[in-house]
This record gives sequence, C-alpha cells and structure tokens, in this order.
Amino acid sequence: MVLAGVLVLLVVGSVLFHYLSPWYFTPIASNWDTIDETVTITFWVTGFVFVVINLFMAYCVLRYRHRKGKPAHYEPENKKLEGALVLATTLGVIAMLAPGLFAWAKFIDVPKDAPVVEVVGRQWNFNYRFPGADGALGTVDARFISAENPFGMNPDDPKGQDDILISSPELHLPVNKPVKVELRSIDVLHDFTVPQFRAKMNMVPGLVTYLWFTPTRTGDFDVYCMQLCGIAHFAMRGKVVVDEEPAFKAWQSSHPTFAQTRTQVAGDAAAGKPLYAVCTACHGAQAEGNPALNAPKLSGQADWYLRRQLKNFKLGARGTHDKDVFGKMMAPMAATLADDAAINNVVAYIKTLPDTPAPPTVTGNAKKGHDAFETCGACHGADGQGTWATNAPRLKGMSDWYLVTQLKNFKEGIRGAHAKDMYGPQMGFMAAILDAQETNDLAAYIDTLR
Amino acid sequence: MTTVTHDESPYAPPAEVGEVELYHPKTFIGKYIWSQDAKVIAVQYAITAIGVGLVALVLSGIMRLQLGFPHEFSFINPSNYLQFVTMHGMIMVIYLLTALFLGGFGNYLIPLMVGARDMVFPYVNMVSYWVYLFAVLLLMASFFVPSGPTGAGWTLYPPQAILPGTPGANWGIILMLISLAFFIIGFTMGGLNYVVTVLQARTRGMTMMRLPLTVWGIFMATILALLAFPLGTSFFMPALVSRGEHLGYNGGSPILFQHLFWFFGHPEVYIVALPAFGIVSDLISVNARKNIFGYRMMVWAILAIGGLSFMVWAHHMYVSGMNPYFGFFFATTTLIIAVPTALKVYNWVLTLWKGDIHLTVPMLFAIGFVFTFINGGLTGLFLGNVPVDIPLSGTMFVVAHFHMVMAVSPILVVFGAIYHWYPKVTGRILNDTLGKFHFWVTFIGTYAIYYPMHYLGFLGVPRRYYAMGNSVVIPDSAQSLNAGITIAALIVGAVQAVFLYNLIWSYFRGKPAGGNPWRATTLEWQTPETPPKHGNFGPELPVVYRWAYDYSVPGAAEDFIPQNQPPAKTPGGPEKTLEKTLDAAELGPQKLDASGMPKPVGG
Repeated sequence: MVLAGVLVLLVVGSVLFHYLSPWYFTPIASNWDTIDETVTITFWVTGFVFVVINLFMAYCVLRYRHRKGKPAHYEPENKKLEGALVLATTLGVIAMLAPGLFAWAKFIDVPKDAPVVEVVGRQWNFNYRFPGADGALGTVDARFISAENPFGMNPDDPKGQDDILISSPELHLPVNKPVKVELRSIDVLHDFTVPQFRAKMNMVPGLVTYLWFTPTRTGDFDVYCMQLCGIAHFAMRGKVVVDEEPAFKAWQSSHPTFAQTRTQVAGDAAAGKPLYAVCTACHGAQAEGNPALNAPKLSGQADWYLRRQLKNFKLGARGTHDKDVFGKMMAPMAATLADDAAINNVVAYIKTLPDTPAPPTVTGNAKKGHDAFETCGACHGADGQGTWATNAPRLKGMSDWYLVTQLKNFKEGIRGAHAKDMYGPQMGFMAAILDAQETNDLAAYIDTLR
Repeated sequence: MTTVTHDESPYAPPAEVGEVELYHPKTFIGKYIWSQDAKVIAVQYAITAIGVGLVALVLSGIMRLQLGFPHEFSFINPSNYLQFVTMHGMIMVIYLLTALFLGGFGNYLIPLMVGARDMVFPYVNMVSYWVYLFAVLLLMASFFVPSGPTGAGWTLYPPQAILPGTPGANWGIILMLISLAFFIIGFTMGGLNYVVTVLQARTRGMTMMRLPLTVWGIFMATILALLAFPLGTSFFMPALVSRGEHLGYNGGSPILFQHLFWFFGHPEVYIVALPAFGIVSDLISVNARKNIFGYRMMVWAILAIGGLSFMVWAHHMYVSGMNPYFGFFFATTTLIIAVPTALKVYNWVLTLWKGDIHLTVPMLFAIGFVFTFINGGLTGLFLGNVPVDIPLSGTMFVVAHFHMVMAVSPILVVFGAIYHWYPKVTGRILNDTLGKFHFWVTFIGTYAIYYPMHYLGFLGVPRRYYAMGNSVVIPDSAQSLNAGITIAALIVGAVQAVFLYNLIWSYFRGKPAGGNPWRATTLEWQTPETPPKHGNFGPELPVVYRWAYDYSVPGAAEDFIPQNQPPAKTPGGPEKTLEKTLDAAELGPQKLDASGMPKPVGG
C-alpha cells in the first residue's frame, strides 16, 4: 500500500521536477539544435517508458498484494506478450538511434570552407592559435617548446611565421561563421567544452583532434576542461567571446604573429638600469625588497613573471581593486615604463642583480606547511623554484610576508579576479582553500626551502 | 496465448557417489580462518568487502561535504579530493561489488543452489580469498605512503596518472596497479572454480535450464570477468613496468590505453549487474509466490547481454578523440543492448502481475531495485546515443547515471540478498522493523541524491571538479542543489549504521529462522541443517526433479514445490520406472528440444 503510493509519488515528483525545476540545459548558442532535438526525443521515449512501467509496477504492488486465499496466477511464460514488448522496445530504440546517428554524421562532417582555430591545452590552461594570412597553421613539435616559444612552433616552417598566437585563456570568435577547432595537448589529456555550444572533445598528447560549430549569438561563454588532468583540473578554465566580425578582427590583430614574437628583442640590461632607478626607492637598489614599504623582493624572480605582472599593472588588470592599497601604489610606477621594450629592459636589469634569499619574517608551523605545500608544488615546483610551463612564479627565497598578503588578496578576490587578468583566477581557486593560519604555515615552510 | 508448461521429471535415482571427499578441518583455525568451505570463504569475502566498502562510503561522504559546502572544510584540498574520488570509485566497483557478488554470493550460493558439496577446487578457493585480502591490504596501504594514494581517477588514464601534477604519482599509482594485479590473480582462482562448479558439479536432475537465475547471473558474470580481467592486466602491466622510466620513444597512445581500459571496464559494469539481475529475479519470484515470468527468455537475455557487453566499450570514448566513425558502430551496439535489458525489466514487473505479493524486506529492496534500475537504464540511452553524449559526457549527468545503474541498483540487490539469505547463513532472521527503516531511507534517499544530479549535468557542471567557483553559465542555485544532495547523502550514509547494527544484533538475538523461512523452492533452503554443515547436504545429495520456480502450481498442496521434491505418483497411472528416467534425462547432459527446453520426460 505504502510502497505503491511512494512509487506513484516518485514518478509524479520526477516528472514535476523535470518541468518545474530551474536546472536544465542553458540556452544553446551554436548550430547544434539537432543535438537538443535528439535529447528531446530521448526524453519523450524514455519518459514514457519510465512513467508507464513504474505506474504499472505500482498498480501490481497494490492490486496483487498478498491476501489470504488468493493464490498467484500460474503462467510460466507468454511468448506473444514478450515478443510484442521486444518489438515495441526495438521501435523505441530506433526512434532515438536514427536521429542520433544523423546528428552525429553532421557533427563530424566539417564544412570545407570553415576556418581553423587551434586550441592548445596544457596543465592547466588554454592557449589558442589562428593561421595567419596564408590560412594554414605552421607545424609544431614538442621539442621546440620553451619559455620563448610556448606553442612549440617550428621556427623554420614558413607557414607558421604568420600564425597569430593567443597566449591567454580567452578566445574570440566571429558570430555566425562556422569554425573548425583543432585540439592539441602538450602534456596530458585535456578537454575543450563550451556547454552552450553543446560541443566537446578531448585533447590528446600526440594527436590532433577536432570539432566544429557555428556560434549563433554574441556573448561570453565559459570553457571547461572535462577530462581529469591533475590537481588543478577544476581550475582549468577558459573563455570564448563571440563578437561581431569587426570586433573580432580588431581583437585578432591585437595579437602578435609568431614572426613578431621572435623579433621581440631580448631585454637590454644596460638600458634597463636607468629605468630601474624609479624602482629603487621602494624595492631597494639590489631589488632585495623592503617590508616597511610593502615592496617585495624582485631579484631572482622569473623574468616572464615580472614582465607579465608589469603588463598587468599597466593594463589595469592589477592594482585597480579598491582594497588593493599597495597594488594601487604600484600601478602608476608601472605606467612609467613606456612600452614592452622598456619592460623587457628593466626586467633584464633586475635579472643581473644578486639573488640573496629574503630573511624570514613570518612565523608558522613549517611541518604543517610542508603537507599543505604538496598542492602548491604541482604548479610552483616541488621546491618552490617556480615553473614557467604552469605559469607559476618562484616562491622560495622570495619575500614571505608578500606571499601571505598576496594569498589573502587572491582569496578575497582583490587580486586575480579582474577580467583582464588571464592567469589570476586559477590562483584564486587555489588560494580559496587556505585560511590565515595555513597561509602562515605555508610561508614558514617555504622559508625553509633555500 | 501459448502457455509452456515446465514438466517435472517423474523420478531419478540417488546419485551413485553420494559423498565427495572433503577435507574436514579439526581446529578452529582450519574451520574459520584457513577454511576450504565455500560458505566460510563466502563470509570472509563478504566481511572484507563490506569493511573496505565502508572506507569508500566515508570517502564519498567527504567528497559530498566538499561539493555541498566548498571551502568549509579545510582538511579537504584539491589533491586529496581527487584521491578520495579515485579510491571511492575503485574500491566500490572492484573491491566491494565485484568481490561481494562473485566471491561472497557466488561462493555461498553456487554449491548450495546447484546441489554440490563444495566448490570443485576448495583449496584454490581458499587461496583466492587470501590473495584478495592481500590486494585489499595493498590498496589500503597506499593511504599511508608518502603523498598518499593515486588521484588519477578510477580510469587511471595516462599520461597524467604517472606525472607529478597528479597526486600519488610516485607511490600511490604503483600500489594501485600492483593491488589490481593481485585482485585479478585472486579472482581468476575463484572464478575458474565458479565456472567449473556450475558446469561439472550440478547434482542429478539439475540441468542448465533448471538453474535458478541467481546462478545464471553469477555464472555469466564470472565468464565475463575471466575474459575481461586478462585485458585488464594488458594495460595494468605495461603501465606498471613502464613506471619510473619515461620511455624515450616516439609513440605510445593514450587512446590505446583507453580502448584497453574500457574493453575491461565496460564488461566490469555487467560483472556487477548480471549477478544483481539474477538474484533480484529470485527475490521477486519467491516473494510474489509466482514463477519468474519467461524464465527461458531471462536466461537468453543474460547470455545476450553478456555477449553484447564486449562490443560496446567505446561508448565511453565518444569524446576521447578516437576515430569519429566508431561512433556509429558503438552507438548502435549500445542501444541494441537495451533490448534484452528492457526484456528483463518487463519480466520482473510481469512476475509481480497477478502474483501474491508479500512485501518482505528483501521484496522491498527488489522492487526498489527495479525502480532505480529503470531510471538508471533509461539515462543510459542518453549517454549511449552518440550526439546526446556530447553535451553530457564528463558532467555530473554521467555520475548520476552510473551511480543509479551500477551503484545504487546493485547495492539495493545486495541488501535484499543479505536480508534474504542471512537466515540461511546464521539461522536467524534479521530484524524486520530495522530492515524496513533501512530500506525506506536508503531507497528514497539515494533517489533524492541522484535524480536531481542529472540536471546539474544538463547545466554543464563537470565531474571531478573540486570546486565550481564563479562561472558565467552555472547559476548559484546549482550550489543550493548540491548542498541538498550532500545532506541526503550524509543521511543515507549514516543510516547504513542501522544495517550494520542489525547484522550484529540479529546474529545473537534474531528470531530463529528454521530451514526455509521464505518457503522457497531452491536447494539451499532444503538442507538438513541450518546453517548448512560442511558438505551441505547430509549423507546423500539432493536429486532435482523440476525447475526452480514451481510457485503456486495449480493443484499443489502448498504454494511452492521444492526442486528436490519427487513428483506425486499419478493415481491409476503406470508406475514410472527407474530405467525410463535413466534413458531420458538424469544421466549426462539433458537432451534439449529445438526451442532449448528440456524434453518432457517419462511421458
């Protein structure tokens, strides 16, 4: 009695939940309506079966419950009934499978004229590459990968020289134009998913996989990695911005071609020395840092990281948050560097300064910090030396008090949450797992790494 | 309407060799520790599997705390979250469900149900358990090594499984692989036993088409496992031996690993599902006092599902980057497997139809299973159909689907089966009130966990994410849903303590069961003693005269006729003779007619 009632309630409740709850597919933003239609057909077929069988079962439980003197009917089998049910099931399966296979045929058939964009996955971010004017992507190889050539472009391939390199997790695409997305991974399995596009494909090291779609409306869309790729898998996010054609073109041309990235001169330390004079006041002549003035140690820090942060300050991606008191002091200083060349030069000069470990200033439980550092080490290196490939700066021997404030800033969204800060959000995810005490413990442990 | 009658054999002589030589142990240790009695080994398997399953249950509770209330619990970080995910999955699928169904129920029920004194190779059977225990201990040891167990996900996909960005990439992964290798060694010893016992040690009159579906389910699952697990070693071993040196050649394919993994991994689903299908058929039949509807079709469906399960593996890989044309083939085979599976569901429900339904605790779990399995099976039609899988794969929809279909469903059967056979194992009945409480919370609670979870998948919430954080596409309300799911999960998890308490309390205080409390037909309920002694059946093995489902036979004195009850002499008819029977059926394999039915005997 109760069981029959509960079964009916669960069936009714499930159907109501499906129609009334706010959680369902987000509005589609691509040409893959056929996928949504197949899902709808599948819902109707399976929903019908779900309701009918379960209500019939509830009926049986109620109608044929044990009553004294009412034995069960004896009927070992009924071929006709079983045959009919098999036939009906087969028809139901065909009703779902047939549109499914047609939709799949379209999904894997890329229009001939679709332009190509490449997505490069690595632990734990996305980068992108467009073919340049020649419409063809240059060849790549893992052995070319370095801090100067993060895409692993073949320097001798003429086709690659005009490729446009997007060294950020944000990709722009023109609306209403089909696009073929070629997917590549340079370390482990990753995945490229945009829920609203209903498109998804894994990225496999050693293989180029693909998918295609036509974005049908403008807007910002999240990119997720949906193939487990290690500790920071959950923080591997990107963004697709679908623009009108002119805005897309403007965005695309603001990025350098491979040839341009190669001609960027390495910084000139001698030219950087006078520029550094501005920095001396706070960061010290040897770039050793000064806690009293809230200026961290710079010497020994990775050059790519210093360059990125200077650019972030210049762009307003850092040092613009209301609560970022000291960041706001840094922003106008960074603005004194006129262009990329100036930034390169000053960084080159900092590189020549002696790297003496900053004195410890934070007290905490280094042993506890050691256990917590396991997670940090995945990106920052097992001994905190920093890893270019994971966009993780050096931690060991740097200012520990600065580390503590920055972790707090990341956690509170004061740093890293700006829309233009491409690599900040990832650290935000990670800093969120720490409380104040753990932060001190970590800093105390990192102080032991020297 | 065609009605096929299931004839009883008129008479069969007792087995000529009544006693098989068994080693009867003299000491406590020989009887309960280094035991060669399949029934003791079964209990050893069951206790170990349930014990390790409790560890996995706690891990799932911790995962749910993180998903429901991110950043509230500082002891959960992104590394150990992945370790909990991985260990939860691997323990539940392999070390709990596979071991419990095959090592636990298989060991207990196969010899009793086919009318054998023990497994065919008792010593190997004993070693099987100890190797399994060793595998479990190795796996548990990985919690205590530097940087802990592997966090590569139960799929262990390379190359990340062995690279430093993944937790446990130094010790954990090695222990996991070695433990799996030992599990497979142990299982192979047990599995060969189960298959040979079913094929060779059936008592007289127990034809294949008279076997209870429980035995069919476990038998077929064991065959699948024996075929799939060597494939398992084919990727475990290379993964293991290449560990430690990153081989310096160009090549090696992560996709090949995935093919090998799923060629093992998909049949694994059915290794868990088929015993559940078999057991639930018997629970429903007994408690509806009605033969299982369409027995022969049920057997063919088990065989068909088993065969097809080796042809669908790449439906786990639609978005893996394999050749996209495989999608057509694997979507088709996958949806074809729905047909025999649906037939089984229809026949369970049709067994209830016009039955005499006793809502005992095992029956409640059986009906709960059918409901849950219908839901989980139907969502499989989403993921099996290749374009529908594109938006849903890798999301919480997948998590909800496989938990419904291969976690909650089999576990409901496990519970039903324990309530059903506990009286045979201990001689006492589990407490009914506690059992009903356990059922209602578990059944409704698990539905509350997993049904809404599908819709998180539709939103696009990825699985194996430590935290969602801010996102344009996922609404904040999804977080409230996650919190609700966590609360349901914690309640369901806590209530399992009631079940454990019941197991212990009833062992001492439960109502005495008698030999056949459910008034069932199958042989395990006809043993002279309860619990059965070593050797199971007293001086003479039972002789089987009929199929396992003679419930509510018109004209019979009771609403069940045990398989070993000789037919009544037909009044006035000729005396059935020994010779006739010997000619007809009882010696050697039974002759089958064109449709696979035993030929009517004696006429």
